[in-house]
Amino acid sequence: MRWQIPLLIVLLCGVVVAVQYFVPLEELEFIYENALDWIIITGVFAMMLGLWSLFRVSISKVQNKAPGWGYNLITLAGLFGMLFLGYRVESLAEGSLFMKLFRYVYIPIQATMFSLLAFYVASAAYRAFRARTVVSTILLATALIIMLRMIPLGFLSNWNQVLANWILTVPNMAAKRAIAMGVGLGMIATALKIVLGIERAYMGRD
Amino acid sequence: MKEKLVFGNKVLLIFFLLLLFLFLGINITFAQEAGEAKASVDSLAQAPAPPTNVVARDAPNDNGHALVVTWTLSPDDGAGKNNVVSYEILRSDNPDTGFVVKGVVALGISQYEDKGAKEKGDKNYLPSHKDFYYRVRARADGIFSESVVSAPAYAYGQWFHFGKSPIFIGSVIFTFFVVLFINMAKKGKELYVRPIAGIDAVDEAIGRATEMGRPILYIVGLGSAADLGTIASLTILNRVAKKVAEYQTPILVPCADPIVMTVAQESVKAGYYDAGRPDAYKEDSVWYITSMQFAYVSAVNGLMLRERTATNIYMGVFYAESLLLAETGNVAGSIQISGTDQVAQIPFFVAATDYTLIGEELYAASAYLGKEPLLLGAIKAQDWGKILIMISLVLGVLAASFHFDFFVKLFQVKM
Amino acid sequence: MSFYEKMMTLDRRWVYLCVGIAVAVPLFVPFTVPVSVTPEVRSVYDFVESLKEGDRLFIAIDYDPTVMAELQPMSLTIMRQCFAKGVKLIISALHQNGPGMAEQLVSLVSKEFDKKSGVDYCYLGYKPYPGLTILAMGQNFRIPFPQDYYGVSLDSMPMMQGVRNYDQVKAIIAMEAGWVADSWIRDANGRYKVPVALGVTGVMAADYFQYLPSKQIFGLMGGLKGAAEYESLAKQKERQATGRMKVQTIAHIMVIIFIVIGNVGFFMSKRKK
Repeated sequence: MRWQIPLLIVLLCGVVVAVQYFVPLEELEFIYENALDWIIITGVFAMMLGLWSLFRVSISKVQNKAPGWGYNLITLAGLFGMLFLGYRVESLAEGSLFMKLFRYVYIPIQATMFSLLAFYVASAAYRAFRARTVVSTILLATALIIMLRMIPLGFLSNWNQVLANWILTVPNMAAKRAIAMGVGLGMIATALKIVLGIERAYMGRD
Repeated sequence: MKEKLVFGNKVLLIFFLLLLFLFLGINITFAQEAGEAKASVDSLAQAPAPPTNVVARDAPNDNGHALVVTWTLSPDDGAGKNNVVSYEILRSDNPDTGFVVKGVVALGISQYEDKGAKEKGDKNYLPSHKDFYYRVRARADGIFSESVVSAPAYAYGQWFHFGKSPIFIGSVIFTFFVVLFINMAKKGKELYVRPIAGIDAVDEAIGRATEMGRPILYIVGLGSAADLGTIASLTILNRVAKKVAEYQTPILVPCADPIVMTVAQESVKAGYYDAGRPDAYKEDSVWYITSMQFAYVSAVNGLMLRERTATNIYMGVFYAESLLLAETGNVAGSIQISGTDQVAQIPFFVAATDYTLIGEELYAASAYLGKEPLLLGAIKAQDWGKILIMISLVLGVLAASFHFDFFVKLFQVKM
Repeated sequence: MSFYEKMMTLDRRWVYLCVGIAVAVPLFVPFTVPVSVTPEVRSVYDFVESLKEGDRLFIAIDYDPTVMAELQPMSLTIMRQCFAKGVKLIISALHQNGPGMAEQLVSLVSKEFDKKSGVDYCYLGYKPYPGLTILAMGQNFRIPFPQDYYGVSLDSMPMMQGVRNYDQVKAIIAMEAGWVADSWIRDANGRYKVPVALGVTGVMAADYFQYLPSKQIFGLMGGLKGAAEYESLAKQKERQATGRMKVQTIAHIMVIIFIVIGNVGFFMSKRKK
């Protein structure tokens, strides 16, 4: 019974949402709109679970002086600091300490992490784009043509643009659509497995 | 005497003609016989001919708060006086009075969908099962003429969205395939699925981590619990956790979503139970870091470099952080297996990790690892679904090339 | 180890150093890179140019500060173009890290044109679960956003009178850095039939090309180059993306050089064996 109730809930919810997609009646729309609201509410409460998990793990590492416990201390300081500074609506006003920390600490850190991609792309491309086989040579040539699209090459730019556009709009589009179709079918199959109770790994055990 | 009569007759004639012209002029300007259209008297310009055949009907495939109005274009639209600039659609719940403009369309258009609100308090509320009447006004510069009132029509909700029929039929066919192959699997039929290098490498990677005495890092991705890529990853995590429990290798699962974290904890715990080692499960091995993308990546990168994880498994929904994770794993010397349904990130994983599961291979992976017949049945159904799509594509291309529009229209979806 | 084998197995730190120099030096050397306009960017520009005073346009600023360098220039340029024409904007920020940054952007541009919140623009702000929010807005903006970002009720705003959902906006131009772009295409365009154009990061542009021929999107601005193309059409004074194109160009050239070095080393060391 303990496992049947959740499976029944999953089946009901899956069937109702699937039916709602095909049946445009107002009553089903009402159920759907309310379900959307409840998902948002559940998500907010789930955030508290996550915060508790982070707090517990970090505190435990700090108390036990586990390797790297300093980072956990910084994590806790950041978490409680921003929570304390940001809980009031006035914190969102220009010039508040919360907004200053967001603008002058958080945003630059995020931008720095993102900018690491430029370096990592270069090293990954250098390591991976080798013409070892016919297929990898085609991959290499295609990558070069697409990259050259961004570089002004004088009279060669027109030819390169035509070639790059053809690659993007014909084989690239065909491959992406094929992958998207496969992913779509996979999604339906996975959803069916979950709704029908065939796939239950997410439910855990006693 | 004769002269008097002649003079008198002329005056009478002139007076009579004046009366006649006045009478006719008044009738032409103000003629309002039953069934004739109105015209404005705003200016001395000529009004366009009114639109005709105004018909209102329920809008199909909706929730019952919309009506569609069609009409025959005014003869002065693109011909005749050619002075129509727009059409105004007026609605009332009374055939005689209370008409209010509900919409305006440009010249040449002979249809309008009057979509109302379903909330009673809304200004544009259009109740279902209530009769409404429409008039259409053809407007020229500052002057207009109106059609006759349409017959009453009421809006009502449909039980089925026929515009989505191709999607419904496709879903039914695919569901049939899934149920068919699962039943075949239940009856013990051997279902062949081609080997995928990335999945075969999971065992080897776990073995390597055990030999080196270093932990395995499993990243569930940055998707939410509603994403099917994340769900697929969690089912793979369950299988990996079972193997990890058998080998007694530590596993680390940092999560970027609190709901995913709770489900991942259940998944890992279930894996340890299935391996008969419930006591070995550590709850702190699955924990929440942050939902912020690059903050999460920083934390995981630091973890990789400090713990020197032997194996990194990235399965799920990834965005720009995919290359950051994979390259850092490279620096740490880890063997890396990845899988995502995010098409944009596949090239980064292919370039930077040792094995990659592309697109739907991620969904198939849980069935591979568990070798459960029921799950393998679903993969076969996907394969047959793809065969059907390929056949439809070839037939569709041929049909479109030879202008057999009927076949192409079978697949049209009208939302 | 032979010279060619060394070419093939360069320490990645040399790569990082060279890329770092390639990115930093152009910032100090004044030169411009010519930008040719592609049809998919031109169609977005032409659409915005065709809007009249009083028309409503929905702009989704669904990105966070990490991709500001690529997407902010397009957002700025389009908003300035709209305000100059008297087009009214409804703006959302469906990325959890984006609302503050989007508010900054909206305040900056609105002050330039002396535009008022509630009259000329409505900044909705952020709601979690963007896919669900997009669906809900298709029914009524007030379902996920009964009030705007500043706490003002949508019903009290002059520009939101009679504006219920996507039916009352001319189009959606969504600046995206993630999967939310799929939601705009599938739900806003597929379900509610509102025209959608996208501004995406360079990495994502190749993915969304496929939606152009099927007319699921009417325009696509891809990355910094797409932003630079739009700026060249709009001809505004401030052109952030155009200035950054030289950095991107030099960095691309550097990556190509390393790929060539790696392959030369690979072939020559193979030949020697």
